Amino acid sequence: MTSPSANGPAVAFDKVGKVYDDDGLRVVALENISFEILPRRFTMIVGPSGSGKTTLLNLVGCIDAPSSGRLRVCGRDIGAMNDQQLTDFRSKNVAFVFQNFNLLPVLTAYENVEYPLLLLGTPVADRRQKTLAMLEAVGLADKREHRPNQLSGGQKQRVAIARALVKGPALVLADEPTANLDSHTGAEIIALMRDVQEKHAASFVFSTHDPQLISHADQTVAIRDGQLDLREVK
Amino acid sequence: MFFKIAFRNILRNGRRSLMTLLAIAVGGLSMVLFGEFVGFVRASLETNAVQNVGHLTVYRKGFFDYGSGNPAAFGISDYGGVMRLIAGDAAIAPSLRVITPTVSLTGIVGNFEIDTSKTFLGTGYVPADREAMRRWDEHGVARRRVLEDSGLRADDETRGVVGVGLGRVLGLCGPLHIPNCPPRPELTTALASDAGAAPDVPLELEASPSAVTAPRVDLLAATVSGAPNVMSLYVTRAESQGARELDENFVAMSFTLAQKLLYGRSEPKATGIVLQLQHTRDIARVRARLEALFAEHHLELEVRDFAEREPFYRQAVGMFSAIFLFISLIMGVIVLFTVVNAMGTSVVERTTEIGTSRALGLRRGAVRRMFVLEGAMLGALGATVGVALGQLVAILFNSTRSTWTPPGSAAPVPLEVLTTHTGQLLAGIWVVLVVAATVAAVIPANRAARLKVVDALRHV
Repeated sequence: MTSPSANGPAVAFDKVGKVYDDDGLRVVALENISFEILPRRFTMIVGPSGSGKTTLLNLVGCIDAPSSGRLRVCGRDIGAMNDQQLTDFRSKNVAFVFQNFNLLPVLTAYENVEYPLLLLGTPVADRRQKTLAMLEAVGLADKREHRPNQLSGGQKQRVAIARALVKGPALVLADEPTANLDSHTGAEIIALMRDVQEKHAASFVFSTHDPQLISHADQTVAIRDGQLDLREVK
Repeated sequence: MFFKIAFRNILRNGRRSLMTLLAIAVGGLSMVLFGEFVGFVRASLETNAVQNVGHLTVYRKGFFDYGSGNPAAFGISDYGGVMRLIAGDAAIAPSLRVITPTVSLTGIVGNFEIDTSKTFLGTGYVPADREAMRRWDEHGVARRRVLEDSGLRADDETRGVVGVGLGRVLGLCGPLHIPNCPPRPELTTALASDAGAAPDVPLELEASPSAVTAPRVDLLAATVSGAPNVMSLYVTRAESQGARELDENFVAMSFTLAQKLLYGRSEPKATGIVLQLQHTRDIARVRARLEALFAEHHLELEVRDFAEREPFYRQAVGMFSAIFLFISLIMGVIVLFTVVNAMGTSVVERTTEIGTSRALGLRRGAVRRMFVLEGAMLGALGATVGVALGQLVAILFNSTRSTWTPPGSAAPVPLEVLTTHTGQLLAGIWVVLVVAATVAAVIPANRAARLKVVDALRHV
């Protein structure tokens, strides 16, 4: 697994730009962005809708490529990798927690958590031990045979967090993770993520509007009209 | 895990999967039923041919192409010795069921009671061997047929059989009980007197040497020396031959009578030696061995199989096989489009899941494999149901003991589908359906694999 060096940034943007060409219509989503995301911290990317938060998160998650500039994630130059290398890189280093949970509906909670380990080719015994431990950590050991449609929103997000952390990623990206949860469940999820972040020493990057979540930020990056507006470190 | 995911995704949209599965199953069922019907037709034609002309016939070289012009000149002199040589060969003997000499000849057959004559194509059989050959039924397709008397008797060489057409032409409809015989037209007096014809009166039956009453006809043939030779034949029955030309020319007689007719007082010969084997699959091996044997003993003989002797067999099997291929092709295309449609819808519905899996680290190739696997599983399930159902319907159909009258046949024959020894056919249909479904899944699978992660995750 690729990890940022002890003092090196988790992610480094160097004059990164992202332009979409939609049927001849050129849309500048990000322009000349340069900043660093600190390792093993809670980093919040904030900004109004359409400001470029999700585009930035997609670039960090290596599921989209910058149009210009240089982006290094966990020390690796993303622009220099082909699709398969990026896929393998994501499989080892990057995890996602989605706003809509995005659990695979045909798999049980246990199987959803196990899935990333399967993609990594983890041996069965190891896979089982890690999956059960992670479900235990998010308090869902007793729900492991439940399918997503048998779980509440908070439980689904817990499974999603377990799925994200089970492989021990360097970077966890969460796009509006509390948006579909009530405030009480949202608070629980934030506390859970903080807890596992400390235990697993992972770097968490959030895209959010949620003030409750923003209040937990170690680093805040504000984006407006595709440009860096503010960078604040606690 | 990927098998589990694929299987659960099939179950996920039960109704759509069921419809796809049914389309594949119906395709499989149709292919099984028609394939087994073609199998039955092929087996029936083969059985008819093998019962009549055996699997292989040994001729003197050149007889097959030129012998009909002068069969006497192409006789096999020491046919008994050749038969002993063949029957005694260790490689052939275990496969051999019947080995018998035959004489083929042409001539004129006449019923001079009514001044009618007609050219004929005759064959002389050893009655007991003919009887044994008519009982060959390797595929079990003749078990429901009532085996009529061959009409030949070992103790009476004057007894014989004619085609129903020849029986009609010779005015033997009444005595031979030939069905659907139109009334013989009255000739005008002038024509009748010109021809010197006797009035068309019912034929008086005569007693054959074995004291069995049967109408008598006279056979005229040229002997090997060119001299005309006449023998009487007591016709015991008329036999349908399928084709009109053959029906109006066919005469079956005793081997010894045919020898006397063709060779007169000369050395009696056989024009062919017929081999009926236990199993049709042995043809190629036995034929190769016969050819080696003849070469080894410097015998100027050639071997022909029943498909060469009965070209209709090959044509009919070819036609039915072509129809089966065409139907299979249509079924394959239907399966292809059904699976493409079902899997295409599934890809659209699961776009977000594909994006999620790709974000988690699933390679494009794995996405493709997963959808292809689903297609293959759908194909395998549908094909299994279809083939099993097809076999069940076929067995039920056979239990109805239906009959039909095929073209050229005078009487109804059992209409069945071949349900035994069809393992290869069933396996072939199963494989074709699974391959069609798998290939069909490649198109939507490629579309799924090409999805951009960002676009897939944005999909609503």
